[in-house]
Amino acid sequence: MTTATAHHDEHHPSGISRWLMTTNHKDIGTLYLLFSLLMFFVGGSMALVIRAELFQPGLQIVTPHFFNQMTTMHALVMIFGVVMPAFVGFANWQIPMMIGAPDMALPRMNNWSFWILPFAFTLLLSTLFLQSQGGAPAGGWTLYPPLSVQGGIGTDFAILSIHMMGISSVLGAINVIATILNMRAPGMTLMKMPLFVWTWLITAYLLLAVMPVLAGAVTMLLTDRHFGTHFFNAAGGGDPVLFQHVFWFFGHPEVYILILPAFGLASQIIPTFARKPLFGYASMVYATASIAFLSFIVWAHHMFTVGLPLAGELFFMYATMLIAVPTGVKVFNWLSTMWRGSMTFETPMLFAIAFVFLFTIGGLSGLMLAIVPADFQYQDTYFVVAHFHYVLVSGAVFAILGGAYYWLPKWTGHMYSETLGKWHFWLSAIGFNLAFFPQHFLGLAGMPRRIPDYALQFTEFNQWSTVGAFILGFAQLIFVFLVIQTIRGGKKATSQVWEGAEGLEWTLTSPPPYHSFAVAPKIK
Amino acid sequence: MSMTLIKQFTGVVSRLILGGCLWLTMPTAFAAYGLNFQKPVTPVAQRILELHNMILIICLIIFVIVFSFMFYSIYAHRKSRGYKAAKFHDNTFLELVWTVIPFLILVGMAVPSTATLVDTYDTSKSDLTVKITGYQWKWKYDYPDQDISFFSTLATPRDQIENKAAKGEHYLLEVDNPIVLPVGKKVRFLVTANDVIHAWWVPQLGVKKDAIPGFINEIWARVDEPGVYRGQCAELCGQDHGFMPIVVNAVSPEDFTKWIAMQKDKAAAESAGGNKTWTKEELVEKGKKAYASTCAACHGPEGKGIPGVFPAIDGSKIASGPAEEHIKTVLNGRATGKFGAQMPPFAAQLSDTDVAAIVTFERNALGSNKTGDLIQPSQVKALRK
Repeated sequence: MTTATAHHDEHHPSGISRWLMTTNHKDIGTLYLLFSLLMFFVGGSMALVIRAELFQPGLQIVTPHFFNQMTTMHALVMIFGVVMPAFVGFANWQIPMMIGAPDMALPRMNNWSFWILPFAFTLLLSTLFLQSQGGAPAGGWTLYPPLSVQGGIGTDFAILSIHMMGISSVLGAINVIATILNMRAPGMTLMKMPLFVWTWLITAYLLLAVMPVLAGAVTMLLTDRHFGTHFFNAAGGGDPVLFQHVFWFFGHPEVYILILPAFGLASQIIPTFARKPLFGYASMVYATASIAFLSFIVWAHHMFTVGLPLAGELFFMYATMLIAVPTGVKVFNWLSTMWRGSMTFETPMLFAIAFVFLFTIGGLSGLMLAIVPADFQYQDTYFVVAHFHYVLVSGAVFAILGGAYYWLPKWTGHMYSETLGKWHFWLSAIGFNLAFFPQHFLGLAGMPRRIPDYALQFTEFNQWSTVGAFILGFAQLIFVFLVIQTIRGGKKATSQVWEGAEGLEWTLTSPPPYHSFAVAPKIK
Repeated sequence: MSMTLIKQFTGVVSRLILGGCLWLTMPTAFAAYGLNFQKPVTPVAQRILELHNMILIICLIIFVIVFSFMFYSIYAHRKSRGYKAAKFHDNTFLELVWTVIPFLILVGMAVPSTATLVDTYDTSKSDLTVKITGYQWKWKYDYPDQDISFFSTLATPRDQIENKAAKGEHYLLEVDNPIVLPVGKKVRFLVTANDVIHAWWVPQLGVKKDAIPGFINEIWARVDEPGVYRGQCAELCGQDHGFMPIVVNAVSPEDFTKWIAMQKDKAAAESAGGNKTWTKEELVEKGKKAYASTCAACHGPEGKGIPGVFPAIDGSKIASGPAEEHIKTVLNGRATGKFGAQMPPFAAQLSDTDVAAIVTFERNALGSNKTGDLIQPSQVKALRK
């Protein structure tokens, strides 16, 4: 296999033009990952503004209007600027190396889909500097009209930047599909693909299906705002709830776009450190596909209080509850992979185990939220905030961090500092739980979300939450330090890196050659 | 299949499941520590709490069982203990078991959930109807059969919010005019909104319903215990979303009748005020209060507005120009095209006296405005369309 990598053309421009003009999947992967890391700190700072304001009752630091800008922007940045680009970064680096392809199928488009993003986010973030024109969008990332129709010019900027992000995502998804379906090495049948590749293939189809729906929704919003249409204006014959239906028809599959690749990452990491093959490979694939299918028929569970007819509430309740079945299958499979393995607990494994454990808490609170009558009490409270942060932070973000530690030695050719990695993990895990676990209680006790000030009985848990958020936030600086340290040097990584690692990427040197698998490897 | 049949069937099954869980809920008296729902005061809220406890406990049991396997495995199956990895990678029987068992558990959860849901949707045979309208940022309550209508706004003083005064016991959960309901009566709420989407939520009543402009949602509650129950708007509705609380005052049917009579007297006195001639001091005094509850949310407590979103009144052309234009702006609203938000018309919300008081206050005592104009309710009446 290694003889195939004998001859390579390593020539590429140096300096800034290397990064601007690159069509190399590894370079583009790096760009995506670094962009995501940068945005992680931008979105994280916004979260800390929110938590600082909520440290005690009363208005201390920001005005309510700016507070609403922070909650809106925090969500947009974290979803579209952090989690999605991070997964695309992993896809770029790993999919070609995992299926034995020399690069992505559409390298020039690959460059374009990345370089749209910095412009999209410059546009979005610039609204923070337009405070005299109303500032950033402040109607929530869900952009519900009529509130979003009231917003200032920041809302228009956000709509245009969402269009750009959507184009970037769709192009990325097309590239992933084209690569996986056309460029697998001979013998790499679909059911032999690593699970990360499978989850991404399914995610890419979700992206193709729903990003245009979001584009349609925000375009209707734009024409309602400026061109006299009344799609969402009841006074003109429209319907504000229509927006919510269209938005969540995008929004719920989007939730799975943010978590399916994380499932894939966990499914790569756990077998490696358990030194045992993934349990139930086929059922993992089918479970992923079932979740993707179900994600299209549960959207109205975000809207149980809008006044749907009884039959509608029942349908969406049952459909939503059903998602627990394939999700449960996944969790059981991960645990069975660990069962009677020979486990070690390097940083990637710690993040993967925390992912399984904490994501399940988010999954179970999700099941509770599916129960419509109970949801009447949970809807739009901190219980929901706790739920989706368990799914997206300890779910998506922890899996991303685990994946980064897992492949960092492969990408850089150096081992990272295990001591620093463990510090990063434990501080993140403790900070995260301190920040978000008390929010379950706040929600049950009756604290609504998206409020800058609260009644006195909510004070104590909010203070815990703020302390936890700051620990979580500052712990990420360790990660930045560690990444820079690992890029610059450190113990040489072997090709296989991890004792239990299996798969094509581990047959390449660490770091891999600039162009790998120029000749396709043979799959047994 | 009739609705009652579904109700009966699901009712029985849910009692069975709930009964099984009851002994588990007994020791969990954590309601007192603010860890669980507030004490329910309606039958629906009670059923929701029981449902929530049941699901929560099932989830906790599943969680503990499943993850005890993981932690045992982490303890026992580690390389440092010299454990050699097994080679198995699937087991059709096990995979079938953990697909079918969760499905059955879900069915067990769905039955009582359906029963409770059907109950919350049954707004028939109500004794009283109250229409609830969400405004940015206050609530309006109409009792159509009693011909009563009033606004309910936050009563917490600005000083407490800005940390210039000690915060009161019901900080942010207190209003000037609470909604009053008779205990033991089935009240049907018609929920809608005037501008953007709001949500009317009182946790102890087990009622949360979105208030959507142009649409009317129905929900019901029967409060069984007299008392004061507090809630908040639950749907983001702009900058003062956190400052539009709900206070429900549940009283005996006799007290409710008295309250209705009192409200009617108050309304009569208010309309009588429209015919009298006021002094400037009286109007400024009254206008200051009305400004705080009606105008300050957008234009700010000192009339400075928010740049780019809400215009200032302090030093504005309208507040220093002809009084007629100023009165018309308050009555009919304004769309300048310059600001994102349109000012809504207040003609339906404010009496002639209120408008006269607000305009007089804004032209004489708000910020640097000093026109010296005195506006009488009769002038406002004349300008109404």
